[in-house]
Amino acid sequence: MTLIDLANPSKFLSLTARVLPWLAAATAIVLAIGLYQSAAAPDDYQQGATVKIMFIHVPNAWLSMLVWGVMSLAALGTLVWRHPLADVAAKAAAPIGAAFTFLALVTGALWGRPMWGTYWEWDARLTSVLILFLMYLGLIALWRAVEDPSRAARAGAVLTLVGAINLPIIKFSVDWWNTLHQPASVMRLGGPTLDRAFLVPLLVMAAAFSLLFVTLLLAAMRNEILRRRLRSLQMMQARAFSSEVDTGSHEGNAPKPKFGAA
Amino acid sequence: MMSLGPYASFIVTSYALVTAVVLILIIAIAIDYRSLRQRLRELDQSGITRRSGRSAADLR
Amino acid sequence: MTVLAALIRRDIRIAVRVGGGALIGVLFFLTVVVLMPFAVGPDLALLTRLGPAILWLGALLASLLTLDRLFTADHEDGSLDLIVMSRTPLELACATKALAHWIAAGLPLIGATPVLGLLLNLDTRSTAAVALTLLAGTPALTFTGMIGAALAVTLHRGGLLLAVLVLPLSIPVLIFGVAASQAAIAGQSFGAPFSILCAVSLVSFVIGPFAAAACLRHGLD
Repeated sequence: MTLIDLANPSKFLSLTARVLPWLAAATAIVLAIGLYQSAAAPDDYQQGATVKIMFIHVPNAWLSMLVWGVMSLAALGTLVWRHPLADVAAKAAAPIGAAFTFLALVTGALWGRPMWGTYWEWDARLTSVLILFLMYLGLIALWRAVEDPSRAARAGAVLTLVGAINLPIIKFSVDWWNTLHQPASVMRLGGPTLDRAFLVPLLVMAAAFSLLFVTLLLAAMRNEILRRRLRSLQMMQARAFSSEVDTGSHEGNAPKPKFGAA
Repeated sequence: MMSLGPYASFIVTSYALVTAVVLILIIAIAIDYRSLRQRLRELDQSGITRRSGRSAADLR
Repeated sequence: MTVLAALIRRDIRIAVRVGGGALIGVLFFLTVVVLMPFAVGPDLALLTRLGPAILWLGALLASLLTLDRLFTADHEDGSLDLIVMSRTPLELACATKALAHWIAAGLPLIGATPVLGLLLNLDTRSTAAVALTLLAGTPALTFTGMIGAALAVTLHRGGLLLAVLVLPLSIPVLIFGVAASQAAIAGQSFGAPFSILCAVSLVSFVIGPFAAAACLRHGLD
């Protein structure tokens, strides 16, 4: 099945119906393994047991950026190649990405309190993630503000791409801003030289959250396709009803259409 | 139960929050799915078909 | 080229004439700067320290306020459709409109800065530094703000959404603008943050018109 086949919403729906249970199962299994490994991980000699927060904080932080990357690819798909499902993917991904970003911020704050003594600090990393969260919310607001799905898609796609360009700029400028103001405390994280005992659970949890994202994304995309179907059918129904009224053709021969929860 | 140290409440709260948000996401998507399929089924029963002539509630 | 020149002349004339689109920005700037000491307290030393930040925030909010007008008025009377459909590349037209907007709305802000600097107990050197950074940075605010304005043009109550969308884009400008001002006041390396500020402005000259044109094209059909 090629990418072109995937562009057909119906084919996508049938593919999703087949694949989703397996994805959900895989997510659950990997998540269970990751949680077990996180629980079994030793205590850090400096942070003690609070290092366990890292196993849920870092994957969420990675995913918050990965999701924006996926949305940016989808945005290119909408604007450049006009792939029919690109905007469906983008719209479905935004709330999920916002949730991951929110979790990254909150778990980071809860990790920061024991580690640095404060829930929040205006250092480069935290500040840029906070701005990323604001951008997610702005994007979701834009999606909801425009009625027509395809116009909302194109507006959202442009904003996503501009945001993608802006994120490294923000990261760099906040870094500069922070070093200019001499941070109050020095941030010490695991860093790239993470011990294997911590690295393995971290990577497993990252894989689990990534699988979770793909599962949720496909399910949300399915919902979005159904929602668009519903919308066009409701419009057809409204048209049919209004034309019946116009021609005065309901003289008891055809049963009146039942109106569901419109 | 493993000893979570003096900051156990922070660790537990973090994991609880992550669980809660993930569950909320899953449940919200599932509820949305059910309600959409229900409404499509109702429209299908009232005889509205798609341009291809297929039933609205058909997911294939 | 004459098309673009005509566009600039038209936009500037409208901004200066109708409803005081240009001058209301200055008025808002003044209001914000006057409000700050009420919030922060009359401590002159504190105001001096916060001065560049207050001026920059005021300028940012004032330019945000006037951005709404960039496309809405033209959209309402139909001239936006003409601009989109004309033979001039839409990117150039957007850049021209942004330039006109900056001349009409941004330059007066910079002109008001010396007066407002007095209110904040800034000496002439500090005020000059802030004014210079505003000169380099307000174009960036206008050009990136144009993206939000284009996104929000077809929405009826798009004003607040515009602000929400534009603010994350303006944060780097704000950071470097204030950093450059503070560096100049403290006598430290002014060149580095200032050149980055100029760089951000230059980048916005490119990205802004392209993104805004894309939004307008897609949003208006």
